[in-house]
Amino acid sequence: MNYEVSVNIMPHKGLLDPQGKAVHQGLNKIGLNQVHDVRIGKKIVLHVEAASADEARNIAEESCKKVLVNAVMETADISVAELA
Amino acid sequence: MKFGVIIFPGSNCDNDLINVLQKVSGGTVEQLWHKDTDLKGCTHIFVPGGFSYGDYLRSGAIAKLSPVMDSVSTHAANGGFVMGICNGFQILCESGLLPGALLRNEKQKFICKNVHLKCENTNTSISSKLTDKPCYQIPIAHAEGRYYADEATIATLNANGQIIFRYADENGMVNADSNPNGSTDNIAGIANEGFNVFGMMPHPERAASDVLRNTDGLAFFTALLEKELA
Repeated sequence: MNYEVSVNIMPHKGLLDPQGKAVHQGLNKIGLNQVHDVRIGKKIVLHVEAASADEARNIAEESCKKVLVNAVMETADISVAELA
Repeated sequence: MKFGVIIFPGSNCDNDLINVLQKVSGGTVEQLWHKDTDLKGCTHIFVPGGFSYGDYLRSGAIAKLSPVMDSVSTHAANGGFVMGICNGFQILCESGLLPGALLRNEKQKFICKNVHLKCENTNTSISSKLTDKPCYQIPIAHAEGRYYADEATIATLNANGQIIFRYADENGMVNADSNPNGSTDNIAGIANEGFNVFGMMPHPERAASDVLRNTDGLAFFTALLEKELA
């Protein structure tokens, strides 16, 4: 089976995110004052061949642990979808 | 004693390091390609600055997967000397050879300028000669140099004397104004618990020549020879 795994990576909540801060200021500058916080992360999409969704998730988790995510500064959410 | 400098695709301070290491040692310096697994008998491994693998994903995140880094990890585990400068420091943190991480500078900008470093521990193989001045002028050139580690790690680093360099003013005073990038506690360089692995964001190899009108960085390298002779 083929799965599409989305890995959404965000900087830890307590960490200063200067990119997010700059974008936040930019949005406020054009009058979008309702936006009171911006944090920027990244999304990585993996196409994984696996016997089950659980196996695809395990492969993605190992990828995150070893390469995709630095746990010192980031956290990640993983979602798995079966590809037709 | 044999010096080796690792070269990754995107390294750009390797020749500066080779130049200064040749100058202080009077011998040849081994160039180690990232695909090598043999450290060619080098006792001292240097991981240079630059933009290994274009800084893709995170600075140092892809370089840590290079074959040579397995050998470097083994070398370090056996007590061998490893020093990472700038991108080299980022790679050593990503590899888990040093604690913490280097985040995007507080002000988002790439900063290229001279800073002053206060040496907090002169009892290491790279800092034993840094005793004659309140601080040393060394350039930085980075966008991701904001050292970060959780509170417990910072406390351990402090307690063990593993924080070797802090950003300071020209009088050696460590304060918020002398912190160029927002690093936790002005941290510019650290060592591992065994004091055989070092990492620092500033570039002593770019400040080790009369032609460049700054030789403050020379002592970081000559100290290694003194240690050997002692």
